[in-house]
Amino acid sequence: MPEPQHLEPPPYVPGGTPELGPADAEVLRTGPGGRGPGGTGPGGTGAGGPDPTGGPSAVPSAAPEERVRSLWSDAWHDLRRNPVFLVSALVILFLVLIALWPQLIAPGNPLDCDLAKAQQGSGPGHPFGFNGQGCDVYTRTVHGARTSVTVGVCATLGVAVLGSVLGGLAGFFGGVWDAILSRVTDVFFAIPVVLGGLVLLSVVTSSTVWPVIGFMVLLGWPQISRIARGSVITARQNDYVQAARALGASPMRILLRHIAPNAIAPVIVVATIALGTYIALEATLSYLGVGLKPPSVSWGIDISAASPYIRNAPHALLWPSGALAVTVLAFIMLGDAVRDALDPKLR
Amino acid sequence: MGPYVARRLLQMIPVFAGATLLIFLMVNVMGDPVAGLCGERTCDPATAARLKQEFGLDQPVWQQYLTYMGNVFTGDFGTAFNGQKVTELMATSFPVTARLTIVAILFEIAIGVTLGVAMGLSRGRPVDTGVLLVTLVVISVPTFVTGLLLQLMLGVEWGWIKPSVSWEAGFGELIVPGLVLASVSLAYVTRLTRTSIAENARADYVRTAVAKGLPRHRVIVRHLLRNSLIPVVTFIGADIGFLMGGAIVTERIFNIHGVGFQLYQGILRQSTQTVVGFVTVLVLVFLVANLLVDLLYAVLDPRIRYA
Repeated sequence: MPEPQHLEPPPYVPGGTPELGPADAEVLRTGPGGRGPGGTGPGGTGAGGPDPTGGPSAVPSAAPEERVRSLWSDAWHDLRRNPVFLVSALVILFLVLIALWPQLIAPGNPLDCDLAKAQQGSGPGHPFGFNGQGCDVYTRTVHGARTSVTVGVCATLGVAVLGSVLGGLAGFFGGVWDAILSRVTDVFFAIPVVLGGLVLLSVVTSSTVWPVIGFMVLLGWPQISRIARGSVITARQNDYVQAARALGASPMRILLRHIAPNAIAPVIVVATIALGTYIALEATLSYLGVGLKPPSVSWGIDISAASPYIRNAPHALLWPSGALAVTVLAFIMLGDAVRDALDPKLR
Repeated sequence: MGPYVARRLLQMIPVFAGATLLIFLMVNVMGDPVAGLCGERTCDPATAARLKQEFGLDQPVWQQYLTYMGNVFTGDFGTAFNGQKVTELMATSFPVTARLTIVAILFEIAIGVTLGVAMGLSRGRPVDTGVLLVTLVVISVPTFVTGLLLQLMLGVEWGWIKPSVSWEAGFGELIVPGLVLASVSLAYVTRLTRTSIAENARADYVRTAVAKGLPRHRVIVRHLLRNSLIPVVTFIGADIGFLMGGAIVTERIFNIHGVGFQLYQGILRQSTQTVVGFVTVLVLVFLVANLLVDLLYAVLDPRIRYA
């Protein structure tokens, strides 16, 4: 925790004692090592160590700095050894692969259906059987990954960018805008998500994924903006930010170079977990009939279409449900692993 | 306490106005409020204009909103598509959903907190890891999948319950739907309680209580649990609103005629009055639940004093 603030003062204290330099080097050398595998403190001040020093001010303690791992390399070091992370990363890699090229493992056409085969069980060439309309469940399940991954990734990107920009600016500048933004997030929190989706999407006639993504960004950004605001306010109080301000850095530079790298960790964790929940939300909305519309292939639509035949053809419901659950689980586990790596205090 | 409650009530006003305005705009600006009145056909332009004038829809939106809110505060929520008063629909559906929510909350408290305490006290053991994994799985399976599966297994295959709930929807029939509704929150409550208990189990006051020679269950219930419950109570309080709104999925699966059912019908038939009215009440429930949670803090933690 204390290492960044030791870095900057010495050169600017007139007649500062020469011992200060080596003493700081001592702190730097023993600090992180003495704290075991955790390394950096909570809130990610560790990354500030090498970063905000910027230029000649770092000279007195430049030598030992190379041995200090930043928050990110430390987290990466932990993650590579975490089996939960490895398993979920592999699952997600596979999902992205089949989302990009579904033809690799399912050469058929998902819209190719034969009513004569409706509700049949699994057979040669059709391992998952057929659904109520006689479509091949295996092909549809594989092709459904694309919409889910698209919706999840795009919605998360939109929410993360919008939320962290608004929340970060509000937290950094404070004042009237901060108060207004806080009230606005309160308003969005008071509306139940599924309900808002039903109301908003029921009037949209487009059958692409974009209205769904737009809705998720609209109702999802307050969650991230709250996290970003809090973590920017925490980071703003650190001494290295005061030092940067004393050096005459512009607000933009302070925000981007000094605060952002140290405040982004909680946003990434929450966004990763949110990605999984957005995929589940898309399926829920499609199940209710307002998300994606039938020409597109989605797990939610397939589950919804299979629920009337649940007695005779449960396989048509179980396979897409399983795929959905595994996908959501993979993203939530990934978020959990990343959080553990970025914030050792939570262990 | 009094001034604090007054301040909180004042703070609720802008949030309430903003949330209802948002829903009002979504329904009125993006949808066509009179389209639902002509049934499945498109409206004749003259009829549409006449209807719009009759309902005051030719006025600016803010004026419509103020008129609507004025009516709401005098207890007039308008009329649904079939000529029934919206307040009548509320009177039949809110008790059902309230029962469903109560069942769900009871499950969260009974199972979630108990499991969480047990896990937090045996942290790192196989039981703890196992239940932690189960909660992750429960969180990742969406509610509608859990509901459909339980309906298939318990209702259709084994015949333990009736697959769909009757019109009265008594507490007995709502046990499985309540469990489905609670499932995801239940998992969160379990994890939250576990973390909180595990954190506080090492606190000084617990050691003091043990050193005083208090029996174990008293240490856990009176000292550890009371201090660990604060984040859990926050979560459950905020959850009441989400459960009532999220009941739409559960009610659809088990054919329960509650708030979710009425809302779904209202949205399908483009009945503006039903949708805005129900959402207004749900937002109020959410805000009041959050206020009650904040007041409950003082009971759980005497260090918190509201001036």
